Amino acid sequence: MLKLHKTIESNSALLIFGILIVASIGGLVQILPNLFDQSLHRGTENIKPYSALELTGRDIYIREGCVGCHSQQIRPLVGEVMRYGKNSIAGEFIYDRPFLWGSKRTGPDLARLAGKYSDKWHEIHLINPRAVVPESIMPAYPWLDKNKVDPELIVAKLKLLKKMGHPYTDEQIKQAGRDIEGKTELEAMIAYLQVLGVYR
Amino acid sequence: MEKNLYYTDSATVFLLFCTIVWAIIGMGAGVYLSAELVMPWLNLDIAQISFGRLRPFHTNAVIFGFGGSALIATGFYSVQRTCHVRLFTPKLAWFVAIGWQIGVAVGLVSLLMGYTSSKEYAEFEWPLDIAVALVWVSFAVVFFGTLATRKIRPIYVSNWFYGALIIVVAMLHIVNNLALPYSWMQSYSVYEGAQDAIVQWWYGHNAVGFFLTAGFLGMFYYTLPKQAGKPIWSYRLSIIAFWAFVYTYIWVGPHHLHYTAIPDWLMTTAMVMSLILLAPSWATMVNAVMTMSGAWDKLRTDPGMKFVMVSMVFYALSTFEGPMLSIKSVNVISHYTDWTVGHVHSGALGWNAFITFGTIYFLVPKLVGRKELFSKHLVNVHFWLALMGVLLYIVALWGAGISQGIMNLSIDDYGQLNYSFIDIMITTIPYHWIRLLGGLLFLMGALLMAYNLFKTFVAGKNVMPVLVRIPKVNKGNEI
Repeated sequence: MLKLHKTIESNSALLIFGILIVASIGGLVQILPNLFDQSLHRGTENIKPYSALELTGRDIYIREGCVGCHSQQIRPLVGEVMRYGKNSIAGEFIYDRPFLWGSKRTGPDLARLAGKYSDKWHEIHLINPRAVVPESIMPAYPWLDKNKVDPELIVAKLKLLKKMGHPYTDEQIKQAGRDIEGKTELEAMIAYLQVLGVYR
Repeated sequence: MEKNLYYTDSATVFLLFCTIVWAIIGMGAGVYLSAELVMPWLNLDIAQISFGRLRPFHTNAVIFGFGGSALIATGFYSVQRTCHVRLFTPKLAWFVAIGWQIGVAVGLVSLLMGYTSSKEYAEFEWPLDIAVALVWVSFAVVFFGTLATRKIRPIYVSNWFYGALIIVVAMLHIVNNLALPYSWMQSYSVYEGAQDAIVQWWYGHNAVGFFLTAGFLGMFYYTLPKQAGKPIWSYRLSIIAFWAFVYTYIWVGPHHLHYTAIPDWLMTTAMVMSLILLAPSWATMVNAVMTMSGAWDKLRTDPGMKFVMVSMVFYALSTFEGPMLSIKSVNVISHYTDWTVGHVHSGALGWNAFITFGTIYFLVPKLVGRKELFSKHLVNVHFWLALMGVLLYIVALWGAGISQGIMNLSIDDYGQLNYSFIDIMITTIPYHWIRLLGGLLFLMGALLMAYNLFKTFVAGKNVMPVLVRIPKVNKGNEI
């Protein structure tokens, strides 16, 4: 063993390939099988791809870094299911690129947010969280109400997602720009928040 | 003058300067973030500094700005000394040094502007991912080129750790960032949902493993024996620990996804491997302590040494805490809470920053041609500020995290939840104040260091650049 190592440690090429091989094993075993595991890639029965407005809202959610404080993943634990709703399953996320499960709950989980609050509540809350939750430490997002969404970018997004296998029709893609034209970022964000967790 | 008779350290000096600048920027952003948590008005309704955008700025500035610059700087320095040869293509080394700074700086600005892939520690969007990859490949060419042209036959252990850093991080970076663009700064991941989560945490945890652990172990294996003036206690143990570390670490990522919508067997393999990982991690710690035995008096005379030794204490602490957090029944409580944040900082501040500070205090006088630092006293003050800071920080977040985790799941005799989310949040506020104080102390220490090093640099300015002649290789070790 030590002799073998003596050979490796005095040959830089062997060392490079040794590291590469040894470090690849775990990743190959853990990642490759999942590419073919249908339970991870088959959607729930009622799943639908995000509408143009919802997808626009989702990308604003990404832009503002909401995932830094809000998870979207309910674990199958009694207290957690009581607090947030049914536990999350893989089939709910097949149209999520990237995934937004998060790793920290500085604010509450949002996996089943849809329908919990009215659109008006979200509007007030996003512009000034402390107007509805006095103890809240969430930042305010007043600029969402002032910015209009970009109706040109959405077409490029949907075209790309279609290529990746999301079932958008050509009609939907053609309509997408008109669907969201004139909407504010706030409206897009609320549309996204109101669809979180309904497809289970 | 025959250049090849001398080491080249100009890129190292530049990179160490950048390391200190990034430390102040990155840690400053961290302090501001922790202030935003207790005083939300500090978000000031400005998009660019609101918590969600500033957080990835902080993590990337610290990991890639501070950590990355320190790793490249010390890599360049130590690979020459351990190979007894001048850097392979010093011009390319300068390209790496400057390219890395530009890549990180532009990336950080783009994060504040809202261009993010949202995958943790891989937030940079695709054009920057490509730029960073190019710089990284150049780093590999310089490093392995130097190894290949070395004059000593055996490759010293620090170089394997730097080698693992370069190779594995390249692999992680490329696989995790695969995405298709829909605009010149935005893209969608090629993986979806649960698959994306699995790939991301394979990347995420191994960024910790190979960037923040393997790389810094390379730094450590060079600095400790040099400072202690003694060889590594058991070279054989360092060999075994190295291969065990490289093999085991790569498996542990899914422990970030316990009880989420991924296959159960993944969580279990990750948990088992995380527990096994304790062995190679602590082997290094044992090796460090044994190397120190007989040289403990240096802790009194060499203040930089204190940083190096305490870094090993925090290394041992966080490599113990990590496997414990990976146990599913512990993770039920710790996941999604401040406990994880505290754990990361016991590693990032206590281990990574301490070993970097210790190494910088050791290298800078040599690089600027001085016998001693401007002030040993200031190093001592820095040490105690940093130690108090990191201890306050992690103890506060143990309190906050365990409270959050238990309150989240707590149910009364009638089967109802005991606490609302707001109750949980209010409970953590005092802890967050203590954490802010801890962060501030740590930042003040870093500022003192910057001042001390600046004065040292000014005193040595007129003799720079310092030329160090490459020594002869001992008989029997020639290649």
